[in-house]
Amino acid sequence: MTAAPKSRIAEILNHYEGDLLKDWMKQQLTGKAVPTDLMKESELRDQCAEFLRLLREASRGSVTDMVGSEWTELKNLLSDITGSRARQGFTPAETATFVFSFKQPLFDRLRQAYGKDADGLSMDLWNATTLLDNLGLLTTEYHQKGREDVIVRQQRDLMELSTPVVNIWDGVLALPLIGTLDSERTQVVMQNLLQRIVDTGSAIAIIDITGVPIVDTLVAQHLLKTVAAARLMGADCIISGIRPQIAQTIVHLGVDLKDVVTKATLSDALSIAFQRTGYTVRKGGRSESVSSNGTEDGVQTKVASRAGGTQHL
Amino acid sequence: MPLSVTESLALRSSEDVVRMRQWVRARAVGIGFSLVDQTKIVTAASELGRNILEHGGGEGHVYLDLPTHNSKIGIQLTFEDKGPGIADIEQALKDGFTTGGGLGLGLGGARRLVNQFEIASRPGEGTRITITRWKGP
Amino acid sequence: MERIPILKMGGFLLITIQVDMHDRLAMTLQNDVTDMIVKTRARGVMIDISMLDMVDSFIGRMLGSIASMSRILDAETVVVGMQPAVAITLVELGLSLTGVRTALNVDKGMELLRSSIERKEANGAFVRD
Repeated sequence: MTAAPKSRIAEILNHYEGDLLKDWMKQQLTGKAVPTDLMKESELRDQCAEFLRLLREASRGSVTDMVGSEWTELKNLLSDITGSRARQGFTPAETATFVFSFKQPLFDRLRQAYGKDADGLSMDLWNATTLLDNLGLLTTEYHQKGREDVIVRQQRDLMELSTPVVNIWDGVLALPLIGTLDSERTQVVMQNLLQRIVDTGSAIAIIDITGVPIVDTLVAQHLLKTVAAARLMGADCIISGIRPQIAQTIVHLGVDLKDVVTKATLSDALSIAFQRTGYTVRKGGRSESVSSNGTEDGVQTKVASRAGGTQHL
Repeated sequence: MPLSVTESLALRSSEDVVRMRQWVRARAVGIGFSLVDQTKIVTAASELGRNILEHGGGEGHVYLDLPTHNSKIGIQLTFEDKGPGIADIEQALKDGFTTGGGLGLGLGGARRLVNQFEIASRPGEGTRITITRWKGP
Repeated sequence: MERIPILKMGGFLLITIQVDMHDRLAMTLQNDVTDMIVKTRARGVMIDISMLDMVDSFIGRMLGSIASMSRILDAETVVVGMQPAVAITLVELGLSLTGVRTALNVDKGMELLRSSIERKEANGAFVRD
């Protein structure tokens, strides 16, 4: 096979950069390619000019494949453009059209350059089509990638937002779980809890599952493993807020909660926690709460005081 | 990435097991394993390495690979010995089964710490166990 | 020879395990602890494993043995400072360290040892909890 004749795309990009930009802008502004309400003309012009400049640079190598490092900058530009357009509300199709709309001006110049050389023209039309198609498809890919990144970030945010570990009392942590627990989320949450136990030196952790609609075998097992791990570290867990249906499921699933302290409500769990850490909770009697602003009837002051224990840190 | 180079280490003494743990830990850190994932693969490796010393004829090799699957990277360890082999693999994987003086958590426990666990053994010829743990999300 | 140091603090022994354990080191430690309990008449043993980045069934077994041996010699054992990742892995491995008491840190471990020895003394030497 004889060597393919050299493509003249690079040469044309070099020669007619200014004209191509003018034609391309006209093409986009008259066509339906750019929703002008979303983007200023000057911004579009900057993007087009930059695209042309980088395309000219990159096409000095080969225009038939885009694997070389000379294409990196152009790809980065497309990634940036796609990102900013996605934020501006462009659809993936509209962004891809930005690239595809360059075909017409480029084809016109090619036709001019080749004149009657049909073979040369069809070769370079093919090259140009392939090149711009690939670049256009790339924007779609970036679009999708951008969406995936957003989803991953939101998932992570959601996971952190929805699982706060609260230090409700000196030495007592509470983890109110809300929403559906999948195996992965439960694992992250539980690791967080164990880390907080170490950080705060809390010997008791209350896991409240009032807000959890469904507990399946895997989630129940993760709960049990967390309780076991906490015990190995020297802390006790209490599980509270087990609703009747969940109690039934747990038994049906054959999950053994026999070694775990369970309480119906968070407040029951808290009073156990107080007992274990040596606090007693009592109502402040009238005689004790002599305060200057006076006590009204029915106002209850809860006083937590430590019984006996003086060795606490 | 030139990661799929197999490395190996001979296991002859409990000092070798310690060395292997540090080696596996370093590779796990290197490919960005979370602390829990690191600990799990290192512990599994420790159990299997020790298993070779106690039941695998006292000598063997461990090979380390960093395979990728569905754009996830992982650590794969292969333990080989030319010991007496395991006659009943099912039984050996059960918790509490032991022929040594230990708790008998070795094989079954190691299996729970990894994502993939393969075992091939022929009585009189030896045992090969391959474990893989993939990097978590 | 390499060994793990055992500190005497009041009536207790404090062992901080910082190195990756191999068999010989573990055996030496068991011998040293039992010797020291008898020699110092210690009533409590605290093993700090906060520096350990993994515990396999071998080390777990060693901790269990030290606890059992100490109990025979009338000393309480508490293991303190296990890291979350280590604890999660141990649970998955299937090891629950039954018979070994645990505490979050050295201070809490000390509290636990004191109160359990007090309780033991109040109940008389023949009652075991």
